[in-house]
Amino acid sequence: MSDALHLEFEVSGNNFVSAGGASDEVKKTLKMLGIGAQYIRKVAIAMYEGEINMVIHAGGGRAIVDIYREKIVIVLKDQGPGIPDIDLALTEGYSTATDNIRDLGFGAGMGLPNMKKYTDEFNLESEVGKGTTVTMVVNFF
Amino acid sequence: MKLKNIVELLNAKVYCGEDQGDMELISACASDMMSDVLAFVKDQALLISGLCNPQVVRTADMMDIKCIVLVRGKVPTQDMIMIAKQKGIAIISSDYRMYSACGVLYKNGLIAGDQETI
Repeated sequence: MSDALHLEFEVSGNNFVSAGGASDEVKKTLKMLGIGAQYIRKVAIAMYEGEINMVIHAGGGRAIVDIYREKIVIVLKDQGPGIPDIDLALTEGYSTATDNIRDLGFGAGMGLPNMKKYTDEFNLESEVGKGTTVTMVVNFF
Repeated sequence: MKLKNIVELLNAKVYCGEDQGDMELISACASDMMSDVLAFVKDQALLISGLCNPQVVRTADMMDIKCIVLVRGKVPTQDMIMIAKQKGIAIISSDYRMYSACGVLYKNGLIAGDQETI
């Protein structure tokens, strides 16, 4: 495996305006590196959904991104409330979002399913009361 | 269809992208739920929405959407305009409701672009 380009972002939990900023930076970096548009789209969607999830459900968190020649590895870590039933959370349409969040255009129960759908590897570890770590890999081939 | 034609058809006000009138837009999608846009939209160039917050612009950017049409006379916030300008995304606003805005554009040749899209 070649050396990675390492990026880290603090995702603020109380700034809905800046939510998506980390995904934007990663998207720009991938474009600059000449990664194919079809892969950039997958990364952008998956990471943006993850970032929004951290903002609306977990009070923010940290995004750790490693870009290799052949893939990108994105780790999203939060210290939010955790997910009691991961299988249920991965079901399309299931959401614990409040009406307030739905008013903002999210909370349709598509976040985690989208993240899984657009990535080549998806792993979710969560402990109630401690937090959630999502690891996603998108291959560039 | 050029952006300037869309502005005319929808009797819209241009908030961002005044210099992009000649931009060609060939397909569109419409939704107030950004998660649905992220889930189902393929290669649409224009997003019609009644939602009016910065995440509409972020979502458009993630999906490479070039123009946002706000319906029901929504006025974009300064944050939205600022992000849109940075990203080269046009924002226009029309008094039409979403169904009517979609109908007008569809009737005039702006297709959905994909059977599976919303």
